[in-house]
Amino acid sequence: MALLEVRDLGVSFVTRNGVNKAVDGISFDVQSGKITAIIGESGSGKSVACYSMLGLIPSPPGRIDSGSALFDGEDLLQMSESQLRRIRGRDVAMIFQDPMTCLNPYLCIGDQLAEPLILHCGAGKAEARRRAIEILDEVGIRDPGTTIDSYPHEFSGGMRQRVMIAMALINEPRLLIADEPTTALDVTIQAQILKLIADLQKKRDIGVIFISHDLAVVADIADEIAVMQNGRIVEHGDREAIFRGAEHPYTQTLLAAIPSGSKTLSEAVGDDLIRVRNLRTWFRTPSGDTMKAVDDVSFDIRRGEVLGLVGESGSGKSTIGRSLLRLVPISAGSVSFDGTDITVLEGKALKSMRRRMQMIFQDPFASLNPRMTVFDTLAEPLLLHKLEDRRSVSDAVLRLMDDVGLARSAVRKYPHEFSGGQRQRIAIGRALATRPEFVVADEPVSALDVTIQAQILDLMVELGREYGLTMLFVSHDLAVVRHIADRIIVLFQGRVIEEGSGEQLFNAPRENYTRELLGAIPGSSLL
Amino acid sequence: MTTEVITDIAQAEQGTSLWQDAWVRLKKNRLAVCGLIVLLIMVMTALLTPWIAPYAFDAQNLDLGATPPSAAHWLGTDIFGRDMLTQILYGGRISLAVGFIATTVALLIGVTWGAIAGYVGGRVDAVMMRLVDILYALPFMIFIVLLMVVFGRNMLLLFLAIGAVEWLTMARIMRGQVQSLRQQEFVEAAISLGLPTSTIIRRHLVPNALGPIIVYTTLTIPGVMLLEAFLSFLGLGVQPPQTSWGLLISYGADTMEEYPWLLIYPGLTLTVTLFSLNFLGDGLRDALDVRGSRD
Repeated sequence: MALLEVRDLGVSFVTRNGVNKAVDGISFDVQSGKITAIIGESGSGKSVACYSMLGLIPSPPGRIDSGSALFDGEDLLQMSESQLRRIRGRDVAMIFQDPMTCLNPYLCIGDQLAEPLILHCGAGKAEARRRAIEILDEVGIRDPGTTIDSYPHEFSGGMRQRVMIAMALINEPRLLIADEPTTALDVTIQAQILKLIADLQKKRDIGVIFISHDLAVVADIADEIAVMQNGRIVEHGDREAIFRGAEHPYTQTLLAAIPSGSKTLSEAVGDDLIRVRNLRTWFRTPSGDTMKAVDDVSFDIRRGEVLGLVGESGSGKSTIGRSLLRLVPISAGSVSFDGTDITVLEGKALKSMRRRMQMIFQDPFASLNPRMTVFDTLAEPLLLHKLEDRRSVSDAVLRLMDDVGLARSAVRKYPHEFSGGQRQRIAIGRALATRPEFVVADEPVSALDVTIQAQILDLMVELGREYGLTMLFVSHDLAVVRHIADRIIVLFQGRVIEEGSGEQLFNAPRENYTRELLGAIPGSSLL
Repeated sequence: MTTEVITDIAQAEQGTSLWQDAWVRLKKNRLAVCGLIVLLIMVMTALLTPWIAPYAFDAQNLDLGATPPSAAHWLGTDIFGRDMLTQILYGGRISLAVGFIATTVALLIGVTWGAIAGYVGGRVDAVMMRLVDILYALPFMIFIVLLMVVFGRNMLLLFLAIGAVEWLTMARIMRGQVQSLRQQEFVEAAISLGLPTSTIIRRHLVPNALGPIIVYTTLTIPGVMLLEAFLSFLGLGVQPPQTSWGLLISYGADTMEEYPWLLIYPGLTLTVTLFSLNFLGDGLRDALDVRGSRD
């Protein structure tokens, strides 16, 4: 008998605009000792399905329409709230995408780990602490005897996710639900966390539901894969079957969306447009130490070239991108754009230089003013730089919307009415409005679902050619960068450690760190 | 569909679409519209008072004394035999004026000050906010008494003086809002577009910080109305035979056991005004939040 048998589960949300069927009759099994992955884009109902079984969706508006979810032979959907509460946290545990919001910042992690033990198992304080140290050791936290008294902010993102996993496992659950546990992490850290989850699952022989938007992430660890679209499971099979012989067109789209292969190089590569020499950006931390975010970095970007900048968080890659646009002050060195040293520009000269260089940001939810319509957002740069006047601006805005693939009818909508991918299109439109020569794209696709990622990357390649753009593409994901960049620079702790074309880096990496980055690309073994 | 798009653009071309959308949404909020209408009626009557008031504002009838409401005096008379309705009408002129002028002054100074301090940050912020702290610490009465002594008793000056004290909290709220907003990437995007700082503050920061500001404004208006009453009571504000709602209420409170109507009617008027203001304020806040429902 399977650990969890879900049959014909249907969940809908009742809103003023009607009933929205989020989960439409899905069935799947989770076996003990196996990892079942549920894959689908945002809004496909994958999280709702799992949350509803545990009584974790707000109701109303949420409503379970049909089905059963037999956990160990007992139907979760028929249980009372107090029965469910006993199941959650003891038999079934969860880990979430963002470990920071799930940890209490005012309690040291030892207390947070011990809490469920004392609550659910009636363990004593000393006993709970001993178990907490054990489990921290098990999830790979170094020196757990001392770190147990640290607070969440003292950990890095990857370490916090390890703590979350420790917390989920401390009561020895039989089923673990992991909801996009690695989406907020760098690729290298992602690889470590994935390995950790797979190891622990084998060691403890528990069932795991792994929810993700990215097929590649589960390529190495999943035993079974269910692909969800619009509330239905469209394809279901073991890993080999999905990766080798996917039948449903949507699964094929998901597979095709995994960035692979390198780009055909830009032909018309001209003289150097950007010249960065000995760039240093040092910060003084509140404790008085010097943090060398960028330390003696030099590179050139030729006209029409796409340069990829790869590194993990804290490697200084975003700081470099922002230095090039004069968005952060630099400590030393020079940045010249088309022969002009931009670090000394002021006033009018700076403003006209800003027209020629633009930025695309990572988070399309934060990079658009929530109180400005698409029209206002796109018209602002056009009017500011007097590229259009009041009469011609609406035509220009509509043309821009065509260029980035937005429906003209959406011109009066506000950002919150769009999906993440559409928002990123608006942000790209704003960056291209001034007809810049140079664009810095700072992780422009890492907040997006894979299918959307592929679309946005294609759009950027296409527009780059059309607008004759020179681009600096910043990302932590080597696979994504290889897809779009002509040349790649690998950063580590504020320094350039390797530089070369995508082919060179992938086939003959010189540095260990580059090799580590390559090994971290999810699903590389299967693709 | 096509026709709809064209009208959309025609509207969008006029610019300030946030405010137009807000107006459309506000009109759907019945309570807010009621509040707005009541306030408009009050302002109109205040403006027209000299022509519509049943008696002259200083007309006394000492023989009559305090009488309850009657056909000749709808809301009764006070101990000097003055018509209560007339008093409330004339009092409204002062109270509404002080409410709106002082609050506008507070709003202008507070929002600008707070936005600049929050946006520029660093040393400028420290100096600007320490100044606010110092002003907080000064007893504002002394400040107003000083102004009155130096410039003589002048109604407009009184309004400005009250406004000049009330902006401090507004500045603090605005600064906090702007500090959190300026971290957001859309502000960085605005900088990289080359927008001047003043435009960034005006177009990108202030509209996003309006929610709490509007709520605080609707709290400030009644606050300054009562402040005016207090100052008048001390002899620094309006003096008899002129009057204001605040003054009427404080006199009414003294004699409420014998002549309750002297407290009830001015009190009721002020209450209705405050309710209207709150409804309008809440409505405005919701209307300006574009994330609210757009049905």
